Amino acid sequence: MAEAHTEYEHPLMKGYREQLGFGFPQVAQVFEDCMAEALSALSREGIDAYLEYARFLCKMGRGAEPVLIFLEEWPSVATTLGESALPALKAFIHKMYKSPNGKAIVPFLQSLAATARRLHSQEQMQDYMDLTLDFMGRTTGSIHGIHTTFASPGLPEFFQQTPFLLSQVSIAGLKNWVEYGIRNYHDHPDRQRDYFSLQSADSRAMMQRERSGTLLFDNERKLDMYLRGLWNVSDHFVPYSLKFDELRKPIPYYDKLGIRLPDVFDDRNGVTGIDRYRAVLAHVVGHKRWTTAIFADNMSPFQRMSAEFLEDSRVEYLAMRQYPGLRRIFLALHPVPAEDACDPEQESAVRHRLAMLSRAILDANHPYQNPDIIEFAQRFHALMEQSESSTQEMADLAVAFGARTRRQSDQLPKIHFQDTEIDYRDDNRQMWKFIEEGDEEEAFDQNRKVELEEEIKGLPPRHYPEWDYNSQTYRPDWASVYEALHPKGNAADIDRLLDKHSALAKRLKRMLDLLKPQDKVRIRYQEEGSELDLDVALRSLIDFKGGATPDPRINMSHKTSGRNIAVMLLLDLSESLNESVFAGMGGKPPNSQKVAGSSQTILELSQEAVSLLAWAVDKLGDPFAIGGFHSDTRHDVRYLHIKGYSEQWNDEVKGRLAAMKAAYSTRMGAAMRHGAHYLENQKAEKKLMLILTDGEPSDVDTNDERLLIEDTRQAVKELDTKGIYTYCISLDPKADEYVRDIFGKQYTVIDNIQRLPERLPELFMALTK
Amino acid sequence: MSNKDQYKVHKEPFYQAQGKEVALYEAAYAARLPVMVKGPTGCGKSRFVEYMAWKLGKPLITVACNEDMTASDLVGRYLLDANGTRWLDGPLTTAARIGAICYLDEIVEARQDTTVVIHPLTDHRRTLPLDKKGELLEAHPDFQLVISYNPGYQNLMKDLKQSTKQRFTAFDFDYPGVKLETGIVAKETGTDEEMAAKLVKIGTTARNLKGHGLDEGISTRLLVYAATLIKGGVEPRDACRMALVRPITDDADIRETLDHAIDATFD
Repeated sequence: MAEAHTEYEHPLMKGYREQLGFGFPQVAQVFEDCMAEALSALSREGIDAYLEYARFLCKMGRGAEPVLIFLEEWPSVATTLGESALPALKAFIHKMYKSPNGKAIVPFLQSLAATARRLHSQEQMQDYMDLTLDFMGRTTGSIHGIHTTFASPGLPEFFQQTPFLLSQVSIAGLKNWVEYGIRNYHDHPDRQRDYFSLQSADSRAMMQRERSGTLLFDNERKLDMYLRGLWNVSDHFVPYSLKFDELRKPIPYYDKLGIRLPDVFDDRNGVTGIDRYRAVLAHVVGHKRWTTAIFADNMSPFQRMSAEFLEDSRVEYLAMRQYPGLRRIFLALHPVPAEDACDPEQESAVRHRLAMLSRAILDANHPYQNPDIIEFAQRFHALMEQSESSTQEMADLAVAFGARTRRQSDQLPKIHFQDTEIDYRDDNRQMWKFIEEGDEEEAFDQNRKVELEEEIKGLPPRHYPEWDYNSQTYRPDWASVYEALHPKGNAADIDRLLDKHSALAKRLKRMLDLLKPQDKVRIRYQEEGSELDLDVALRSLIDFKGGATPDPRINMSHKTSGRNIAVMLLLDLSESLNESVFAGMGGKPPNSQKVAGSSQTILELSQEAVSLLAWAVDKLGDPFAIGGFHSDTRHDVRYLHIKGYSEQWNDEVKGRLAAMKAAYSTRMGAAMRHGAHYLENQKAEKKLMLILTDGEPSDVDTNDERLLIEDTRQAVKELDTKGIYTYCISLDPKADEYVRDIFGKQYTVIDNIQRLPERLPELFMALTK
Repeated sequence: MSNKDQYKVHKEPFYQAQGKEVALYEAAYAARLPVMVKGPTGCGKSRFVEYMAWKLGKPLITVACNEDMTASDLVGRYLLDANGTRWLDGPLTTAARIGAICYLDEIVEARQDTTVVIHPLTDHRRTLPLDKKGELLEAHPDFQLVISYNPGYQNLMKDLKQSTKQRFTAFDFDYPGVKLETGIVAKETGTDEEMAAKLVKIGTTARNLKGHGLDEGISTRLLVYAATLIKGGVEPRDACRMALVRPITDDADIRETLDHAIDATFD
């Protein structure tokens, strides 16, 4: 082709070619087409600038690709943004060219046209370029902080995703999303790449959060109530995303695991997102209630499709019989295919006909003239008027409809799809059953495969967010907490410990007895009571003297209201607990040989203390739970169940306590959030969470030591809003600096760790007095 | 006795029987057995008692119990007046004297020491000791004690004592079935059956949500209110929002769901 051009070329085109100067052979091939487009789109000056800049790109030393893309894309970009956008674009590319990120120019130019279409205006484009420059500056690596030498790993990936991202979120949303990625992954090239190519889970989660529209996540409770209230059924909702599967758009369906719904619905045709969810649910419930599966084997694919359309119409008809108001929603959501939209000579019109029939059934004022459509809509209504009809009857009607309206062209590979997709309907997988291998009598000798379900090991993880103080935002679902029963040990060990402290126990017992009767509440306005209520008595006397009827309820009495406290004790079981007491105190044992019991570790002392506390609380009768925690990165926070609220203080619990072991790190925030979800459900006036720890929150995957401290502080605030009072007992003598930051005034530092066993129960009693 | 007359139910109250409760009540009354009526709020407990009093032609004395009520509020007390003191019978004493049906509504709201005073009236003794006055009152042969309570929403602390419970025969009421309730709403207010059926449908929606954010569903009483409003010319959707949804919940999610149910029910 290129040769053909050189043989004869219009003089004008030749002039342009010279203006561009030398060219790569690939450029020569497409030059003429590009120029044709450019000439129709750009002004005279625009053409000059266009060619001039293309010339620069040729000389830039990045091969033919940038210039090729620029030549192809710019005319269409200029039509959307205006020619005057070029200088800013040039400046932007120049900056990229000067940085180590030259490789990103090609993806940038590639996505330019699509991005420009999304952004519409030059101002937004400028925002976008500023955002990208900021991104580039912050992710381009440097050595010794002087020269930037490493290209930004995420930038090329980012450009590839931009058109898609902008189709989902606004430019402001994009900015937040990018911000999050930079903040968390600026020092981790692989993760950064995953994030900006939308591969990692939190990248998608962050994007979801910036989305507009009605999120399923926010409305699950309402939809659950909708099902329960209006239809008297309940089911699980399983969201799927429409946005990551471009080729095959998933559609709603249901099976024994639940109802699959899209994760987000935008408002459409005056129907709000939540009503669109309700439409899907009404449809699905209709199937569940009225559809009986029929055999698919004897029907052709077209017949099956027809039967599905009619069955869909039937269940909706029945649903509307119950709730006539649904009609408004269905009518607004159901497409109205134009009668002449499809040329049956050119494309297969099966879907088109069925969608028209479906509309005609739903909408009494439909615009269709086709006698078959009208007749079958009438036949449908005639069937429905008598009864609920049945799936089989619909299938029969569908077969009749197919026979009447069949055309040769139905077999054409090109199917008319426009306006035939009814997106609140499910995929009807539950409507069919198949004669399977093994259902035939002669196949009796074959063994059927029975799939064994995998046994569940442990509880599935629960995910908790983590607070990032740098950005003042939560990282969604950041920490995974695995809960498990604490392994069992020998319960007698704990009894021995308690015996050892029997003197202390006796003293505690006396304090407990003092604690028990408390909270005297005065009840006023009593006709009979233990004391005269002077205020009321005087008032009555005045009434009496004044000639009015006096109020006889002039006494008051007292009653004691019981303790109403639920307690949760969280034990830090991190590695540092294994240190012996003196090491833990940050010094050498003064004269370790002589002090008896100096070989005790903090863990053992904690064990004693917790046993005594548990014994004391059990005596008081407050609901009480114990949990231990440690963590090995955010992916593995372990929460060990030692005692639950419904469990007694018995050998089982003592055994678990006896087996306490210390390992790994301290991710306190996640453990507190997990503990809180148990404590929260306790029915008590006061809820107290005691945290016994020997150091600051930290974990191996976190370099910034403030991060987990700030997260824990945030967790304390969250618990506070849930009505849970947190109190920290720290065994780290140098804890004051950070513990005050986290817990405010709600903490105690126990310097003399050896006194922990007596201090812990005392502290508890002082707190709850 | 004019005193007795004022407690009579003069006009027949509309009551639609749900089962055999009318005949059973008559049998209980014939033997003068104390009766307990249980059921959710607004399902027709009080109406039933009123109807039975009318049917039996007996006076009815109703006491709405509350937390501040003391034993003297039931039995009676000495009042101070210019010349000294004067005894005034409480409603329970009056009923026992004149032979009325004494109906203690929402008995669990009263404090437990108060409920104990009814014990001697509810067993074979059928007496009421007025210890302050120094009188042992023999109950009139026509006297009967009826209590009502709603086991649904009260907390554990407010349940009736076993010793109280076991002095009564009991009826368990619930909201009537769809057809019956439709008839009740239509008959009570004079709206047409179709409108009544729609109201009942909305009522059922809310009752399905009981325990999922609602303590109680929409009662028959509220349905009647809504029908009355509609009858009075209020637009049905507005009437339903006002009479059915707004009173029962402050939870935005539930409100929205019920509002949607109203929109879906009315074409």
